[in-house]
Amino acid sequence: MTEQRIPAQLAEIIDDFQAMEEPERLQLLLEFSRSLPDLPEHLAGQPELLEQVVECQSPLFLALELGEAPGQPVEIFFSAPPEAPTTRGFAGVLHEGLNGLPADDILAVPDDVPDQLGLTRAITPLRMRGMTAMLARIKRQINDARAAA
Amino acid sequence: MTVATEQNEKFAAYAHPERLVSTEWLAANLGSESLVVVESDEDILLYDTGHIPGAVKIDWHTDLNDPVARDYVDGQGFADLMRAKGISRDTTVVIYGDKSNWWAAYALWVFTLFGHEDVRLLDGGRDKWIAEGRELTTDVPQPAATDYPVIERNDAPIRAYLTDVLNHFGKPLIDVRSPEEYSGARTTMPAYPEEGTLRGGHIPSAASVPWGRAAAEDGTFRTREELEAIYKARPA
Repeated sequence: MTEQRIPAQLAEIIDDFQAMEEPERLQLLLEFSRSLPDLPEHLAGQPELLEQVVECQSPLFLALELGEAPGQPVEIFFSAPPEAPTTRGFAGVLHEGLNGLPADDILAVPDDVPDQLGLTRAITPLRMRGMTAMLARIKRQINDARAAA
Repeated sequence: MTVATEQNEKFAAYAHPERLVSTEWLAANLGSESLVVVESDEDILLYDTGHIPGAVKIDWHTDLNDPVARDYVDGQGFADLMRAKGISRDTTVVIYGDKSNWWAAYALWVFTLFGHEDVRLLDGGRDKWIAEGRELTTDVPQPAATDYPVIERNDAPIRAYLTDVLNHFGKPLIDVRSPEEYSGARTTMPAYPEEGTLRGGHIPSAASVPWGRAAAEDGTFRTREELEAIYKARPA
């Protein structure tokens, strides 16, 4: 069992959300939806390389690449359409909060971290669960990639 | 004062043509004093990415549902919402939204529970407006407060309760959920794992017609003729 710990770059985002009132939190989530990077060339147009997060209300796909040991930094890639800003926003938070971190640091992120953004009143439980599912699938893909190595 | 209803050949075939407007009609009537346009989406951030000029946002989750009771808001709550959105009792309200007007239609239904007389849907919703390249803005209007009266909800005329369903048996019944929920294979919508029923299957005698079939590719309602073919078809 890995000890649970929130990485600094994710903790900073959570603090930003927590410091705000609800309407501003939604605006911040919108900013994250805008800043989500496009898929890199080697993944764009290759849906078979991406896993769909079916728990999300809108189409969301993710892929990750595990770097060299010992740290095994994780590159995370998301794809979601612009007409799904909430889903994109959640993906953006996870991307900025986790991308490039060592695999062990990501596995140590508590599963309920989405609930700490302070959005549970404004966003339906179904959608919050979508974000939880993204995190769960990122963790599972890391474990799968390690097992396959 | 309400706005005159649209004369439209497609709508004229429906039971309630006055409940719909086309994107052309809305574009021509935007800015009318007696009209308030409301956006109501499944994805609650969409309004902020750009909306029809002058449109206000109503959130089905936080504005129309009571936060504690498992019910809609009450008369006071609805009046407060209408006052804040600049809607009077005699305002013509046109509602539009994402995903073939899914939650926009829900909002229209709630307005109807409170007996708001003139509430219409934009045929084709948000997607059609955008597909036609019509104007969007991120400016959020600041409407002047109105004196919308406190009206107690009257659900009985348009909401079916258990006894209504029991009395209805023998006449047509439609299940609008997904085929998987209808068959009992799953207890939630695909991709909506928490929005579920406790038991699988459907009410005896109900036929399966998922709600999305009522909409065409462009999000508009299918024609009267197409709808009749869909709803009158005997299940296989």
